[in-house]
Amino acid sequence: MAVADGVQLLGRRTLKAISGLGRAGLMLWGAIVRQPNFKKGLPLLLKQIYVVGVQSMVIILVSGLFIGMVLALQGYNVLVEFGTEESLGPMVALALMRELGPVVTALLFAGRAGSALTAELGLMKSSEQLSSLEMMAIDPLKQVVAPRFWAGVISMPLLALMFTAVGIYGGHLVGVEWKGIDSGAFWSILQASVEWRQDIVNCIIKSGVFAFVVTWIALYRGYHVVPNPEGISKATTQTVVQASLAVLALDFLLTAMMFAR
Amino acid sequence: MSTRKIELFVGMFLLAGIAAFLVLVFKVANIEVQSADSRYQLTARFDNVGGLKVRSPVKVGGVVVGRVMDIHLDPDRQEPVVTISIDRKYSFPETSSLAILTSGLLGEQFLGLTPGFVDDDIAMLDDGDRIDDTRSALVLEDLIGQFLYSVSNKDE
Amino acid sequence: MTSQPLPLVEIRNLEFKHGSRVIYDDISLTIPRGKVTAIMGPSGIGKTTLLKLIGGQLTPSKGQVLFDGVDVHGASRSQLFELRKRMSMLFQSGALFTDINVFDNVAFALREHSELPENIIRKIVLMKLEAVGLRGAAQLMPNELSGGMQRRAALARAIALEPEMVMYDEPFAGQDPISMGVLVKLIRDLSDSLSLTSVVVSHDVDEVLGIADYVYVIADRKVIAKGSPAELRQANTPQLKQFIGGEPDGPVPFHYPAPDYKEELLNGSR
Repeated sequence: MAVADGVQLLGRRTLKAISGLGRAGLMLWGAIVRQPNFKKGLPLLLKQIYVVGVQSMVIILVSGLFIGMVLALQGYNVLVEFGTEESLGPMVALALMRELGPVVTALLFAGRAGSALTAELGLMKSSEQLSSLEMMAIDPLKQVVAPRFWAGVISMPLLALMFTAVGIYGGHLVGVEWKGIDSGAFWSILQASVEWRQDIVNCIIKSGVFAFVVTWIALYRGYHVVPNPEGISKATTQTVVQASLAVLALDFLLTAMMFAR
Repeated sequence: MSTRKIELFVGMFLLAGIAAFLVLVFKVANIEVQSADSRYQLTARFDNVGGLKVRSPVKVGGVVVGRVMDIHLDPDRQEPVVTISIDRKYSFPETSSLAILTSGLLGEQFLGLTPGFVDDDIAMLDDGDRIDDTRSALVLEDLIGQFLYSVSNKDE
Repeated sequence: MTSQPLPLVEIRNLEFKHGSRVIYDDISLTIPRGKVTAIMGPSGIGKTTLLKLIGGQLTPSKGQVLFDGVDVHGASRSQLFELRKRMSMLFQSGALFTDINVFDNVAFALREHSELPENIIRKIVLMKLEAVGLRGAAQLMPNELSGGMQRRAALARAIALEPEMVMYDEPFAGQDPISMGVLVKLIRDLSDSLSLTSVVVSHDVDEVLGIADYVYVIADRKVIAKGSPAELRQANTPQLKQFIGGEPDGPVPFHYPAPDYKEELLNGSR
């Protein structure tokens, strides 16, 4: 009996997960594929890039600087024992470009912008603003969801690039200005080991994939929220948890695909 | 928040993103914006390429003059063949030699090019040419093995 | 019946289920043009659901909703959007867009759906705001308005596109007597002056009976009474009497269904 119950529970969970995926897919389809309207969408998009991207910039830049500095400090302590502290540059740059830039940006983005998107959409739903758009014969998927989605997808790779660039300067700051590594050696070894297609383009691709997934999860959670305060707070938490897990799991997959030899 | 202000900030945001991209591409990856005809390719055979990798630098007296483009095994002779591409600015006589060197004890491996002597009947290397005088990578494990062998021989 | 014009909205044998719970079981009603029709009933019977069914936001499991002869749920997306331009809805919370001011809220649908130049939109918006007495508050944000004023601003927005029908969802809930009076007067005036068809969903008996031309009372998944306010006041079915008179106990029981009181107390050792 207990086994049957367990199997039934598994079945129910699976069906629920599949139907959730279906609804999320339909939402995205309705928002970005069906009859896009670029003329009306552009001002909305700009406003959302402001909310999602510009307002996340400070936390991204500050985090990038500190993470670059910490990486350099820790890396220096290890490398100096082997007398190879000049390799600090590639260590910091490759770690940031291949992993930390896209991943930490996505995690910060999920916490800063993703949760805000979910809460905002949840509030719009519970205060009937979405219904009221529908009754005005305006598609809320087009008016509300689509601009936020594109804003997320455009902003996050840019944020990841800024994070990485600032992080490398943070590493430079610690390695060269503080620990006294030769500046020329730092840059030349760094340049010798970074390849723009392998590292920079993959950084952008990773970040784009994360942007897609994080924004999608945030919007889905907000759009299908249970419209009461408890539902909104739950949805916001779920956004951060699910988006973060999705980012980490996807990162493993993408890394395996991009850098496996 | 007026529309103008928002547009201004978004514009600045996009510019900052593009600036970060350009910094990464030019300052960090240091890609040379050069077309294919500004470089020429040479091949060289080695007994052992050790830890040499595609994109490892080719240096002359410590100056990077080119990069490794390809490493593959010649199926007939069972020998590694390395293709390098050299900047057109530099030309070397065909008596030049290539050696696989290591930066520091544990550092990355790179190709050291030693220019040969120039004489009237010595041509300069050009696209598709092969450098015959090569020295393979020093494999640390082999060295240690030889050293231990010679030490134990002396003891007897 | 034949002499009357076609009703604007006709609901035929509608059945609606929420999950496995039946909300409406085979109800039919008609909403005549240019009149104020009220739909009343106790809380929790899904009166808002009925409005969403009329607006095509929810789909019934059986039956039809005809708006001006067109089946709302058989219409394609674009047809449905055309229908919705002819109706509008005043939500219980007002549902003003919180990130733009009152003026832009009222102008919103106009800017979306009409190609009118901005100076004409401005005039229309100011006229609508004047009609609800909020012209002076045009530049305020929604959260700077009181609840009653929010609802009036939302009403101005609802009539901005000059719809044929306005659906009011609990317009009097949670209002002080003054704003209640203002809203009652506004609904009546708008209905008379613009010959709007109004559908008012409410459980505020006195206000509704005061302005409605025709009333449906829904309880227990069915229409239990219909007629003019005067007819309903005369009614004598116990259910209706309890609702109109506001008696605490009656056919709608005061107690949630429970096992026998005495028995449960005695079994307390459990």
